[in-house]
Amino acid sequence: MPRLVFHPEEVKIISRRFGQGAADIDKYIALDGYKAVQTAIEKGVDWIIAEMKASGLRGRGGAGFPTGMKWSFVPKQSERPKYVLVNGDESEPGTCKDHVIFLHDPHAVIEGTMIAGLAIGSKMGFIYLRGEYRYLLKIMEKAVADAYAKGFLGKNIFGSGIDFDIVTQTGAGAYEVGEESALMESLEGKRGVPRIKPPFPAVVGLYGGPTVINNAETIASVPHILLMGGEAYAKVGSERNGGTRLFGISGHVVNPGVYELPMGYNLKKAIYEVGGGISNGRKLKAVVPGGSSTPVLTADEIDVGLDFDQMGKAGTMLGSGGIVVIDDQTCMVEFALRTIKFYQHESCGWCIPCREGTDWLKKTIGRVHAGGGVAKDLDNIRYLAENMLGRTFCPLGDAAAMPTIGFIKKFRHEFEDHLNGKPCPYAHAEEPALV
Amino acid sequence: MADVTFTVDGKKLTAPAGTLLIDACKNAGIEIPAFCYYPNLSLQAACRMCVVRIEKMPKLQTACTTPVAEGMVVQSETDEIKQARKATIELLLGNHPLDCPVCDAGGECELQDMTFKYGAAESKYIEIKQHREEQQWSPVVYFDRPRCILCYRCVRVCGEGMDVWALGVENRGVSSVIAPNGQDHLNCEECGMCIDLCPVGALTSGTYRYKTRPWEMNHVATICTHCGDGCKTTLGVRSVNDGVEIIRGDNRDKSGINGDFLCNKGRYGFDFANRTDRLTKPLVRQADGKFAEVSWDKALDFAAKKLREIREAKGGQAIGVIGSNRTTNEENYLLQKFARTILGTNNIDHHRTADYVSFASALNGKSGRTAGLRDTTSAPAILLLGNNPTDQHPALAWNLRSNVRLNRSRLYVANHAEIKLRRQAKSFLQIPQDGYASLIQYLGGNDGAIAADDNTTAFRDAIRKEESLLIVFGSEYRGRDIQALVEFGLSLPNTKFAALGDYANSRGAADMGLLPDLLPGYVPVNDAAHFVDEYGATLPTTAGLDLLQMFDAARNGDLAALYVVGSNPVSRYGVDPSALKNTFLVVQDMFLTETAQLADVVFPAANLYEKAGTVTNTYGDIQLVKKAADKAGVRTDFELIVRLADRMGADPKKLVPFGRGSFADMGQTRGAQSGEADRHAVWLAANHLEPKLSPFDPFATLDEIQRLVPSYHVSRLELLTGSEQPEKFDLVQIQPAASRRDLVLPAEDTLFTSGTLGRYSGMLKDIVESHTTPNPAETAAD
Repeated sequence: MPRLVFHPEEVKIISRRFGQGAADIDKYIALDGYKAVQTAIEKGVDWIIAEMKASGLRGRGGAGFPTGMKWSFVPKQSERPKYVLVNGDESEPGTCKDHVIFLHDPHAVIEGTMIAGLAIGSKMGFIYLRGEYRYLLKIMEKAVADAYAKGFLGKNIFGSGIDFDIVTQTGAGAYEVGEESALMESLEGKRGVPRIKPPFPAVVGLYGGPTVINNAETIASVPHILLMGGEAYAKVGSERNGGTRLFGISGHVVNPGVYELPMGYNLKKAIYEVGGGISNGRKLKAVVPGGSSTPVLTADEIDVGLDFDQMGKAGTMLGSGGIVVIDDQTCMVEFALRTIKFYQHESCGWCIPCREGTDWLKKTIGRVHAGGGVAKDLDNIRYLAENMLGRTFCPLGDAAAMPTIGFIKKFRHEFEDHLNGKPCPYAHAEEPALV
Repeated sequence: MADVTFTVDGKKLTAPAGTLLIDACKNAGIEIPAFCYYPNLSLQAACRMCVVRIEKMPKLQTACTTPVAEGMVVQSETDEIKQARKATIELLLGNHPLDCPVCDAGGECELQDMTFKYGAAESKYIEIKQHREEQQWSPVVYFDRPRCILCYRCVRVCGEGMDVWALGVENRGVSSVIAPNGQDHLNCEECGMCIDLCPVGALTSGTYRYKTRPWEMNHVATICTHCGDGCKTTLGVRSVNDGVEIIRGDNRDKSGINGDFLCNKGRYGFDFANRTDRLTKPLVRQADGKFAEVSWDKALDFAAKKLREIREAKGGQAIGVIGSNRTTNEENYLLQKFARTILGTNNIDHHRTADYVSFASALNGKSGRTAGLRDTTSAPAILLLGNNPTDQHPALAWNLRSNVRLNRSRLYVANHAEIKLRRQAKSFLQIPQDGYASLIQYLGGNDGAIAADDNTTAFRDAIRKEESLLIVFGSEYRGRDIQALVEFGLSLPNTKFAALGDYANSRGAADMGLLPDLLPGYVPVNDAAHFVDEYGATLPTTAGLDLLQMFDAARNGDLAALYVVGSNPVSRYGVDPSALKNTFLVVQDMFLTETAQLADVVFPAANLYEKAGTVTNTYGDIQLVKKAADKAGVRTDFELIVRLADRMGADPKKLVPFGRGSFADMGQTRGAQSGEADRHAVWLAANHLEPKLSPFDPFATLDEIQRLVPSYHVSRLELLTGSEQPEKFDLVQIQPAASRRDLVLPAEDTLFTSGTLGRYSGMLKDIVESHTTPNPAETAAD
């Protein structure tokens, strides 16, 4: 189990109850648990949506879509049942934020799911955990059972006359089902491949019903937002990026861990102050700022605020908040290889550019790293990645192409250093950070 | 839906709202390439070939998933798009074996075509290609896995189209592979649709693979000889030293009434034509009781002389004629004309698989009440009574499934068995095997006719609420039951009917008067004035013996001669061979069947794939058959009838109204081989040329049929182009017989059998065997 970390720079909102035994329902209640949902029942749907919109909360899965707006897209009237779906298929390398939520504050996920259900008029929520989080499922299942035992879930919740049920489910171990429509396929018991959009889940989602699907961190933020008020939450963050976010700082830093920082927090500060700087006294070479799919930043590019807009301007993405710090003893070709190996392994195979493209990228980069590369390979790597970008069925193709383009663009010299039978200049280096 | 206007490549186009961009473009003559897109199957957007640039959209969009919208501005072939497509092909070719020179699909491959178009000619990769061993999944389906581009067409057509669901995807990513439901083999209906839709050479056909190159074949679109649906099948043929052999059957020409569909028989069941044990020389039984091969002249003279002697000595009533369910309309018509005007007998019949006579009688001349096969793809509500189309009418079953799937048509099924189509049925009613007549009474309002429960009443209520109903009924309905069924149907606002019979020209055999009491067009034999005028000959006016009566007569010594054309009644009706010992038996067939073995003279005959003419499917769609194959030594039944008549001293010109005043050409002057006259005829007809110069020209006879049988008035052009008939013809008016003998004997074929003919197909036999040998691994499974 990862240890909990704390840093004075943190702003504790979502992580407020971490380390306080809030997985126990009574402890959770003692820490203001299940208050937000009762307030929500009292004040009604319009109030919930208004608070959510005011909070400026944007989806924590990586795409950053405003949550309040997403909820308001769900049709009021529907012949089919509406569903709330919690995406806990946290699989992006470098990302471990949902993990700590499930571990330390599972009831926040349940409460957030209930509030989302109230907001869209759904009676049923699903909490979907990645296959590898099976051990967290026990915690989540116990939390759900405890909530039922207290009468918080099931018929007539909190005397409101509203029924709400929650079901938990794990995947079978596929990154692809982190994509929302593939997750729905998986949840329905089918092969985890994405669906054609439109229709979007808000209209036709799980089992054909209108569905709100939110990242687990997004959902867990909801009770806190209602407790502190949307505007107060928004003020914590930066412009158009409300609130805080759990950042997972990993790799070559002194104090790796999951830290809750306000949106817009400076990346350089996050690494050097919060993360305690580069480990082993080495120098920084590069940072993958938001999970392995986000384009790499060089050491000179990290003086930038951690929010969706500023990261976009810097030519990368905030992504899932998984900051991977890479020191100067790391081979960037091997890092690129490790990254593409993941995407090649996880490609669902549905569409040609991703299925074939990731495989050829893996083979080519692997050969370059092993010393078998020729000059045209470097252009080929870029050509392959650029021809995948924007051409695939789902964003996973982009997730593989974007970092690859970043590596070959910003660290082409390191690729060149491997060509023509030359051994890897970092052959004695440790394993790359991203394992 | 309302039309919307949009722009593609600067062209203003209009299409109904909701049309997919890829289809709208295709209709306007703009081709957008795609591997995974296939009309009427679910959308995949997996191949990314159909990407186009749509204004105001940040990324390239897939045309296969984008419905056209008002004001949409589309670029379909810019440099950016070409590059995207080229890159996709490069990726595919990375692992695709470039074994095009030996690949079955070489020359007919969509990947080849696209590579040619987008010029992905440079090999970008050094690593070796992924290789996997080829697999045989069934006697007819082979899977060459490295060639597969994962377009999922096979998976979808098997599941969505066939409702078989025998294919799926195993593994993921670059290891993804199409896999059959039986682990290493298929448990399926062997339709071969997966092979048909495969854009590359991944799925290959057991009957065709590695036999030839596509460009070495001629492709002849004709009509399948097997069941009564009358699907168009395209035969790939190639010259060999004893004629023209068929190497492939498929559905590359989707213009037939079967649309996208072809079943296993249409696709693989042609190999009987190529068998080495086919008869190619006439056989005459010698004094020692054994057959001897003799020349055509000798055999024809012998048979003609005997028939003439018997006619003169005993009269026509001592001669019987049995026709075929698989010969053309022209041959059937000619056979009855030969029987009636030259043999002087009404003793003519055929193996009846449906009671078309009672159907005609029940409709009694009402127009617009029969449904063509295509109607089953669009009728909003269909009542299926009896039969099991999945086995006996695969194209109908496909249409019904597609109609329910694509048009949300309502299918009502009543059957004594839980047939597979109940899965598509809105409502299914299981009735006792003898309950079909009572069901009609019940549907008509007689509450006591069957023990009704809620399901039954709901079934009846739903049917009676339909504003337009197509009733398709099997041969469970005969005689008075058909009368009752049609009466019930006509009591509803707008009903059409289709009667299901079993073979390629079962309907045509009845329509053309292979019946002891009815002339072509169901005209009673005692009402033959029109025919007498046209033929310039007298016709016997009393009804003759039916098929069973003929064998009774033979047994009693009252049938001196029997002429059997393309039929095997001895096997079908279990006739005791001794019954025929005093009967002079002439048989025309491809093989030495049980019937032919008893014959005095056997003429080697051509099959439906070796001749031209027309056939009528069980729905009444009249279609052109074209000569595709040829076998040295055989003659068409048409030619044989004419030659027999000629040698019996009849005027061939009166039999076949060819030439219109010109000189009778029996073909000898041109040294004609079998079938040549047919080819000639097709050419002449196609060019609207008269007169027909040969007495072997079936189209001269079609002219006469059209003069005498008003319902066969179909445009010759429609026939030639194979397009839909402009009007569905109707059965003509006949008086219902007071009591008609029930002579219907359903063929009871399964999906893989086809009467006597099917027994001569090695591939169908293999399929049957593979389906009857239990697989130990599966006995536990469902």
